[in-house]
Amino acid sequence: MKKSKQFWLFIIAAVLVYAVVQFFIANGTMNQFYSNTFIFIAINIILAVSLHLVIGITGQFSIGHAGFLAVGAYISAIVTMKLDLPFIVAIIVGGMVAALAGLIVGIPSLRLKGDYLAIATLGFAEIIRIVFLNIDYVGGAAGMQVSHLTTWTYAFVCLVITIIVIVNFTNSRHGIAAISVRENEIASDAMGINTTYYKVAAFAIGSFFAGVAGALYSHNFYIIQPSQFGFLKSFDILIFVVLGGLGSLSGAVLSAILLTVVSTYLQGYPETRMIIYSLVLILVMLYRPKGLMGTMEITDYFKLWRTPKGGDQHGK
Amino acid sequence: MTMLKVENIDVFYGNIQALRDVSITVNQGEIVSLIGANGAGKSTLLKTLSGLLKPKKGKIEFLDKSISGKQAQSIVKAGISHVPEGRRVFANLTVEENLELGAFLRKDKQGIHQDMQKVYEIFPRLLERKKQHSGTLSGGEQQMLAMGRAIMAKPKLVLLDEPSMGLAPLMVKTIFQVIKDINNEGTTVLLVEQNANMALSVANRGYVIETGRVVLSGSALELQNSEEVKLAYLGGH
Ligand SMILES: Nc1ncnc2c1ncn2[C@@H]1O[C@H](COP(=O)(O)OP(=O)(O)OP(=O)(O)O)[C@@H](O)[C@H]1O
Ligand SMILES: [Mg+2]
Repeated sequence: MKKSKQFWLFIIAAVLVYAVVQFFIANGTMNQFYSNTFIFIAINIILAVSLHLVIGITGQFSIGHAGFLAVGAYISAIVTMKLDLPFIVAIIVGGMVAALAGLIVGIPSLRLKGDYLAIATLGFAEIIRIVFLNIDYVGGAAGMQVSHLTTWTYAFVCLVITIIVIVNFTNSRHGIAAISVRENEIASDAMGINTTYYKVAAFAIGSFFAGVAGALYSHNFYIIQPSQFGFLKSFDILIFVVLGGLGSLSGAVLSAILLTVVSTYLQGYPETRMIIYSLVLILVMLYRPKGLMGTMEITDYFKLWRTPKGGDQHGK
Repeated sequence: MTMLKVENIDVFYGNIQALRDVSITVNQGEIVSLIGANGAGKSTLLKTLSGLLKPKKGKIEFLDKSISGKQAQSIVKAGISHVPEGRRVFANLTVEENLELGAFLRKDKQGIHQDMQKVYEIFPRLLERKKQHSGTLSGGEQQMLAMGRAIMAKPKLVLLDEPSMGLAPLMVKTIFQVIKDINNEGTTVLLVEQNANMALSVANRGYVIETGRVVLSGSALELQNSEEVKLAYLGGH
């Protein structure tokens, strides 16, 4: 399938999904609970896809994505609540400050080969949480009041932009360089590819969109607290990516939808929720050890349909 | 004309010294072989030349410009391409994508396309498998791909680290023929090989490395006839 045709199909599908959900929200068929669930799914997809760029595409293990979510959440809340600026400004500033944090964490740790990023991001997420916990300006442990400004429209537009940017990056020259780092960093170096640059670039882009997700997240509740951004939150996002299949964007999207729905419906039963959640994970690991989608994309299945014989040959 | 001049370099892995006071030269158009036992430091020398390691002491000049301590990407740009030990192909990318990555720093689309055709001519097997993930290629096919990828960089000097490792005799012959061919087309070759016999039969000159030092050097013929080399590396008869 031609790239541009794929793009327009994606846009048409996106507009359809948006319009249907928006229609049901507008005419009241969907109450606040359902529309919030949809917004929450969109936020989680943004988080999953942004982490997918770092882990799935570039192969850098980041386990503190909630730290960037927190930066975006708090910074954007300051922009709307303290500075009285419009929400759209808050989203952009939240993303940019998170990207800056990504550069600060990423540059020193990504210059080295090895899993230093995992340690650095883990530490960063904890430090950020403790910093917000101790700043009275943002409410400390009690949290910060935030207006409910996130709408389905905001969430969906941000989601579409995230996917377009990350898909474009992946399919570009930069993307293939990033993938070569994941595949074999030494060979990539030997090709003359500036591996540090691509690792840092992918990480900063991933952090930016985590910050955007943070802005949507904080303005979807009435209050944000540091405890919402702990290690478990980072872990939830990591699970989206691993469960979906490392390297598969559609897998990350799919598992973010699946797990958000599962955990939303089980919210009332916290114990059962953890059991079922774990069961889902164990089942997937047993029957699809490479994740729901492996390294395939949804579009690959269309290609297989079109050329039933031979065609594209993928690794298992 | 001297293309590569290495003068008295020392290279360390942490506290372990892997190269001591090593000096070699490679002239334009030559094939130069490095031979030596396991752990002698051959791969270390190639990695230092391509910028994956930095020498602690000494000078490296390529085409009269210093490249010691330079980043790998600027060394590739200057015209040195390295085929590292153990066929490091990008397993989850297709054969074609691997070759494209070899030409990552080049801008001449037309030239890249031509060289791609050339690689497919040299290795028809790669053409048949061009859409296949390279991780699913056989060992020998992966070695072809690693060589093809180096050709795509259009290097002036190519560093080959044990290109015949683990290959069937017929394949070894093919690989050595390719080495001669690319050399005839103007690429200078620095070759590391366990198979000293083969390595010296295609080379103009050679160096023998032992525990991090150059212990012997000379024309390929001289080395082939030297008693020490015969005894240690050519199966001594
Ligand atoms: N990453 C590393 N860390 C520490 N020591 C290393 C490292 N790589 C190599 N060495 C050591 O440096 C020495 C030279 O290794 P090198 O790989 O250059 O040998 P070689 O001549 O290529 O051997 P072979 O023929 O077995 O490939 C060896 O003693 C090896 O143990
Ligand atoms: Mg070696």
